[in-house]
Amino acid sequence: MLIKSLIAVFLAAILTENYVLSKFLGICPFLGVSKKLNTAVGMSVAVTFVMVLATAVTFPIYMYILVPSGMEYLQTVLFILIIAGLVQLVEIVLKKYIPALYKSLGIYLPLITTNCAVLGVTMLVLQKVGPDYTYIHALVNAFGAGIGFLVAMVMFAGVRGRLENADIPKSLKGLPITLVAASLTSLSFLGFAGFVEKLIPLS
Amino acid sequence: MAKRGYLKELTKGVVKENPVLCLVLGTCPTLAVTTSASNAIGMGIAATAVLICSNAVISALRKFIPDKVRIPAYITIIAGFVTVVQMLVKAFAPAINDSLGIFLPLIVVNCIILGRAEMFAGKNPVIPSILDGIGMGIGFTAALLLMGIIRELFGSGTVFGVQLLPVQILIFILPPGGFFVFGMLIMLANKLNTRAGKAVKTTPCAGCPLAESCSKRACSEDGKEAAENAD
Repeated sequence: MLIKSLIAVFLAAILTENYVLSKFLGICPFLGVSKKLNTAVGMSVAVTFVMVLATAVTFPIYMYILVPSGMEYLQTVLFILIIAGLVQLVEIVLKKYIPALYKSLGIYLPLITTNCAVLGVTMLVLQKVGPDYTYIHALVNAFGAGIGFLVAMVMFAGVRGRLENADIPKSLKGLPITLVAASLTSLSFLGFAGFVEKLIPLS
Repeated sequence: MAKRGYLKELTKGVVKENPVLCLVLGTCPTLAVTTSASNAIGMGIAATAVLICSNAVISALRKFIPDKVRIPAYITIIAGFVTVVQMLVKAFAPAINDSLGIFLPLIVVNCIILGRAEMFAGKNPVIPSILDGIGMGIGFTAALLLMGIIRELFGSGTVFGVQLLPVQILIFILPPGGFFVFGMLIMLANKLNTRAGKAVKTTPCAGCPLAESCSKRACSEDGKEAAENAD
């Protein structure tokens, strides 16, 4: 039952509740860094990593420190500071101990502090907390959100590669046509609505 | 003379440097909350309040904040004001709080606010910074309202809840409609700008507060090579 619900949470985070294409979180990197496949993958892996790490830290802090002491209103300030600190820490650790990984992911790390998908996922998982939704679900949800980001970025990098050489009206060039392409990509994700509930009926 | 300068700071954000349509900042809330005109107004006012307060405080503290830690310092100041606005909205307008949901606390990572802190408030005195905040806030609200009206009109056939169209094209209030309407509006802004003989910004990174560190790295075409050379 636990495994089943975890799979449901994971698939929902990737497909039906895709953070970029249906929740509009993390649009800036989605539009800015999706020009090339390798940068798109690098950014997404870094985002996934920080998302899981941030959720792992913020979830217990909120549940066991802020809620018992009645200071939920500090959530916004505390979370953004934790994320900023974590990103800095990860950058330092990677640079020192795993320079190879730092070389491929490090350049994206400073951009992640202001990525609303990371702050968004740490806050959204707290809204779902209940008897059927525990710490493990939150972590799986964060991981799924990151993978969903990766899927959207990779798909979109492919679409944009095709757009590069297309002959389009001058005022559509650049951002407008990118947004129209994003619209069509997100249209394809609408097809997944209700998919997870049908596939893995919970109850 | 000074008066005219102040007026310029106030009006530039509304049309010439509209944060959403010309600088392309704050795309996430622009797309997410514009499913109805009233949501758009609520978001616009909340963000404007934060923008004015944070601009004022950051510009007052600009000589005390060391350059190296300015971004974390700005984020902390902004987060403080976002919390204040969040509590006020929860107390006085719970309906707006429910419909904006997660995007109310997410004002903290809205690039318009950090962007104005970095581009303007961190370098200018308090009064111009406040005027800049008001102007940019009005520009943000106006662009949001425009998108909200278009999407609500076609998506639910209403504007501010008043029935205007007999048909409902549901896709306009779904995510794809958001991307599409935003793309069309930027195309219009580009067209008007080129007609007026101004350069067209094509990268969404151009207005981002971190663009300077980013364009050398991740956002540029040859980001990989640049990063390798930098080490």
